[in-house]
Amino acid sequence: MRAEVLTLNRSKERPLDIGTQILQFVISGIMIGSIYAIISIGFNIVYNATDAINFAQGEFVMLGGMTTIALFHGAKLPLWASFFLSVGIVTLVAMILERMTLHYQRERQVVNLIILTIGWSIFLKGSAMLSWGKDSFDLPSFSGSEPIQFWKATLLPQALWIIGVGVLISGGLHLFFKYSLIGRAMKACSFDRISARLVGIDDDWIVLFSFALAAAIGSIAGIIITPITFMAYDYGGMLGLKGFCATFLGGLGNLYGSIVGGILLGILESLGAGLISSGYKDAIAFMIFLLILFFKPSGLLGKETKERV
Amino acid sequence: MEKSSMLRWGTACLLIFSLSIVPVGAAEKKPHKVGVSLEITGAASFLGEPERNTLVMIEERVNKEGGINGHPLKLIIYDNATDSTKHVMALKRLIEQDEVVAIIGASTSGNTLAGIPIIEKAAVPSISLAASVKIVEPVKKWVFKTPKTDALNITKLLTHAKKMGYKKVAIIHSDSGYGVSGKEEFDKIAPKMGFTIVGSETFGDKDTDMTAQITKIKASGAEAIVAYSASPAGSIICKNHKQLGMKARLYHSTGWASQQYVDLAGDAANGVFLSSGRFLVMDQIPYWSPYLPVLEMYKNDYENKFKLKVNEFGGHAWDAIMIIMKALEKVGPDKDKIRNEIENTKNFLGINGYFNYSPTDHNGLDLSSFVMIEVVNQKFKLIE
Repeated sequence: MRAEVLTLNRSKERPLDIGTQILQFVISGIMIGSIYAIISIGFNIVYNATDAINFAQGEFVMLGGMTTIALFHGAKLPLWASFFLSVGIVTLVAMILERMTLHYQRERQVVNLIILTIGWSIFLKGSAMLSWGKDSFDLPSFSGSEPIQFWKATLLPQALWIIGVGVLISGGLHLFFKYSLIGRAMKACSFDRISARLVGIDDDWIVLFSFALAAAIGSIAGIIITPITFMAYDYGGMLGLKGFCATFLGGLGNLYGSIVGGILLGILESLGAGLISSGYKDAIAFMIFLLILFFKPSGLLGKETKERV
Repeated sequence: MEKSSMLRWGTACLLIFSLSIVPVGAAEKKPHKVGVSLEITGAASFLGEPERNTLVMIEERVNKEGGINGHPLKLIIYDNATDSTKHVMALKRLIEQDEVVAIIGASTSGNTLAGIPIIEKAAVPSISLAASVKIVEPVKKWVFKTPKTDALNITKLLTHAKKMGYKKVAIIHSDSGYGVSGKEEFDKIAPKMGFTIVGSETFGDKDTDMTAQITKIKASGAEAIVAYSASPAGSIICKNHKQLGMKARLYHSTGWASQQYVDLAGDAANGVFLSSGRFLVMDQIPYWSPYLPVLEMYKNDYENKFKLKVNEFGGHAWDAIMIIMKALEKVGPDKDKIRNEIENTKNFLGINGYFNYSPTDHNGLDLSSFVMIEVVNQKFKLIE
């Protein structure tokens, strides 16, 4: 028995050429990058409506994952029902928070809004810790966990889900902002709030709607990554930070910038870890991030900053 | 008899009666004060919380039974929030304000190392609950520790790898203090045992994907991979290892030894080897094993009291407080004598195994405190 095990384990690893390695790094990078991109889209939606960064975006991601886990493992609902229900719950939580706090900020000073969202993030993280404890939990993959061969590289079926959902969300938003009335109203607000108000757009509702949309997208991101990375009450901070970097990398306020920035950040991290050194993985990604901001402060796809009069 | 004198008599009787049920003397003896600084909140709360629970449980039990030679045990517990500055402040407060006779803590290697200069200067006997071998090597006069060292852990893993016939090994470790310390020991021990180190990779405990690092290890031709982490990231490594179809065997350290982490990794955990204490596989230890009674006692006490699942981390605190109480029972609240008594602890069987402290060994454990475990059908299986 033992000898059998030994020979089984002694079988040699197939040599891995550098091309396959790079392919694997890029695929992993795109998968992780898609998550950053989806989170980053949430930042941009809120930024466009309020000029503020929503520091609770990462917590919406966490809340999405944790609520689904509670519904799936706790309430024993089917996975798809838990998915939609928890997106609804997180959206509702964001709307309640907005109505209870931000709504009363008549002046809409950006600093106040940012501080309020920091408050939300602490509140959400704390509540999650009290309700679900400090352990990590997981969800089953949406369609099995047998790796898929792609050329000589491999990826998990869940990675296809992540990339697919990323494409769906960005495509959907593109149509939404281009053709739907409320989407175009949001866009108008992001260009010029006062003129938008003059033509009869209620920007108060636009702010509420933007938070709801950002929370919904964030929670979707949280749910689809949980089968790969697990979820715990304190995962929001790091994911939020990465999404935030992706936002700046692509250009603040630009939805397409989110996608470019997110995927670029993911690939840079993965290539940095694989080709140079995993110890400097984050350092490499952030150094390139700083270089881009140095030469193009508005981000890759950002509009040139101009003084507002 | 008139009414008022009856009342007086009654009151007097009641007074005498109530005095007699208070154990005479117990209240007069001064409590033995032991200071504790743990990571009850923050990143390492998974260590600090069960440890705090264990200590509180023992304090209650000991005092209910009349204390140590009649002296109540008083634990002064501070939460250092997994922050070395707060740990240092807690130590100062314990030493200067609370005037404790011994200190337990901290649970992380980083915090313990930050506190050592203060403990050495104040000359207070202390027992750390952290893993790094650096805490006891070189030996510090006043610092002991109960968890098994990373050096022992790696030696145990590599001994098994050698038996399996592997020659080329790689390590993937978390960038936390636990992971880095493990890597340093690995770099020292593996070449000595005749292995070639072909890869060395790192990751963050909050990272979401390690395929890049593992692809690199795959390309290096390693036959065995030692993963060194004490976080759910260790389970992501299992998943990535399976995803990439690796033939190289995955070894995990005791930091990953938790059913919860196995559950997270799902079927990707099957076939992983790990070394850990006996606690994890208590149900598979033979009935006649000397290790069993103390493990079972601790498990039952803890689970009955807190209605929570017990884990091995709390056991580190169990060992520490037992060793301190034994010393207190023998020599009383004298710091110098307590230190000497701890150093003379011989053949004390705790949760971690047999402790044999000596002037050159302040960890007191040897390889026998470890067992090898394989994950089979997502359950831990004792293999040797």
